[in-house]
Amino acid sequence: MIRRLAALGLVLLPGAVVAEPPGERRDELINLVRQDCGSCHGLTMKGGLGPPLLPAALADKDPESLRLVVLNGRRGTPMPPWRDFFTEAEAGWVIELLREGLPDERR
Amino acid sequence: MNDVSLILAAAAMFMAGCAANGALRGTGDLGLVIERGAGRITLIETSGRSALGTVEGLGDLSHAAAVYSRDGRYAFVFGRDGGLSKVDMLRMSVDKRVLQAGNSIGGAISSDGRVIAVANYEPGGVQLFDAATLERLADIPSTYGDGSRRSKVVGIADAPGNRFVFSLFEAGEIWIADASEPRTPKLERFPAIGREPYDGFVTPGGRYYIAGLFGEDGLVLVDLWNTVGGAKRILGGYGRGEEKLPVYKMPHLRGWAIAGDVAVFPAIGRHEVLMVNTATWTEIARVPVHGQPVFAIAQPGGRRVWVNFAFPKNDVVQVIDLPSRTVVRELRPGKAVLHMEFTPRGEQVWISARDDDLVTVYDTASFAPLARIAALKPSGIFLTSRAASTGF
Ligand code: HEC
Repeated sequence: MIRRLAALGLVLLPGAVVAEPPGERRDELINLVRQDCGSCHGLTMKGGLGPPLLPAALADKDPESLRLVVLNGRRGTPMPPWRDFFTEAEAGWVIELLREGLPDERR
Repeated sequence: MNDVSLILAAAAMFMAGCAANGALRGTGDLGLVIERGAGRITLIETSGRSALGTVEGLGDLSHAAAVYSRDGRYAFVFGRDGGLSKVDMLRMSVDKRVLQAGNSIGGAISSDGRVIAVANYEPGGVQLFDAATLERLADIPSTYGDGSRRSKVVGIADAPGNRFVFSLFEAGEIWIADASEPRTPKLERFPAIGREPYDGFVTPGGRYYIAGLFGEDGLVLVDLWNTVGGAKRILGGYGRGEEKLPVYKMPHLRGWAIAGDVAVFPAIGRHEVLMVNTATWTEIARVPVHGQPVFAIAQPGGRRVWVNFAFPKNDVVQVIDLPSRTVVRELRPGKAVLHMEFTPRGEQVWISARDDDLVTVYDTASFAPLARIAALKPSGIFLTSRAASTGF
């Protein structure tokens, strides 16, 4: 199972197109990122207890390892695992979103 | 200026006029709700339980907090973007505003009411301001180790004698700044108190400062009557070596829960609150609860503690009865409950539900909802009665 998920993850490496989730789920995810990630990273992603997640801060970082941080958290730090709330693909999409700059809930 | 903002401006002037030129009123029953999505606050009053108006232009209000001038006239609002705004509660307008740092977390007001202290993440440290003018009086960088790094500052609270007490997250230290001479504050440091203090508070009356640790199980206590005694570990190893559950939102200690001789704290990584005897600071009991507790707040004058929870279990509030150590009531005030604020005598509680854009006022005796007030992504609720309490 884990290997299968990892294989799935490979599909999301840079260059691959990360599919946007359908409308309602999209808004739900953006709200979750802004509000619930925002409680540690700041509503504007400028950083708080957790580091900034603005495009400039993430530009030089490997999206796949960032995606794994979101799914698995980082042991020994306050960054919790979000695996129970995102699919593998959604986590990849969230990283793409952050790398481009988080939009508003509704376009 | 477009039409909408013109109308808003006109409405704001009208509101301000009402407050300033209308009938005389006191400030004792006023308060504010942070509307985190809108960079705005809604002013409220607890006698008729209504919203009075809004004040705009306060910047990024994620994790915003407020303290009050001793006369309850002005709120000092601390924004995440480092903004410090002085809001006139009667005129309903921003009296003064400064951008004092890149990223801040909260603040406190000195016991004599003359100094505002702001705790900052970036650049790490505490800045002191004149409460009348918001002129900067002093900068206290939170340097640690070899002196090249600055720690994030958390858990700032005022203590008697114009002191401010705060914790350094990365450094694992507690500092006391005596601001009696606010341009030259005197520092007292408690190093190596434990890993990653995440918040702290001063007990009612101002005797103790207590910090919670994230990096290990336990809390740290400093006796402010006798600081030479150093910092003392309490509730060490409360997790009994068990694997921690993930924490999706950091608990808060500032809305303390001390009732009689019992203190109640949220556990970290455990769905429990810890009950502690305040004479010996040892554990009495632990009460299993709905999720990761965020706030555990004592209902003033009562025997109950109200608890809200972290994502994803954040649509519930549980009420714990202290003598029987059981959950006696469960409320569902809406999606993403962020804060609870009691009137000073405890007969009402105001609860914000962020994702329902709603604040609900409950009668604490009957648990009946008394009023509902719309607010955009409401988070913290702060009543002017805080002006009269040490540690708030
Ligand atoms: C309870 C606090 C907390 C919450 C909530 C939280 N984070 Fe974090 N996050 C952190 C901390 C602290 C770090 C830094 C960990 C370290 O020291 O390496 C971090 C690190 C990260 C990193 C790695 C950044 C880097 O530059 O290496 C990413 C990406 C991230 N978080 C994304 C998220 C997302 C997305 C969410 C919401 C789904 C979220 N975080 C929610 C605290 C949090």
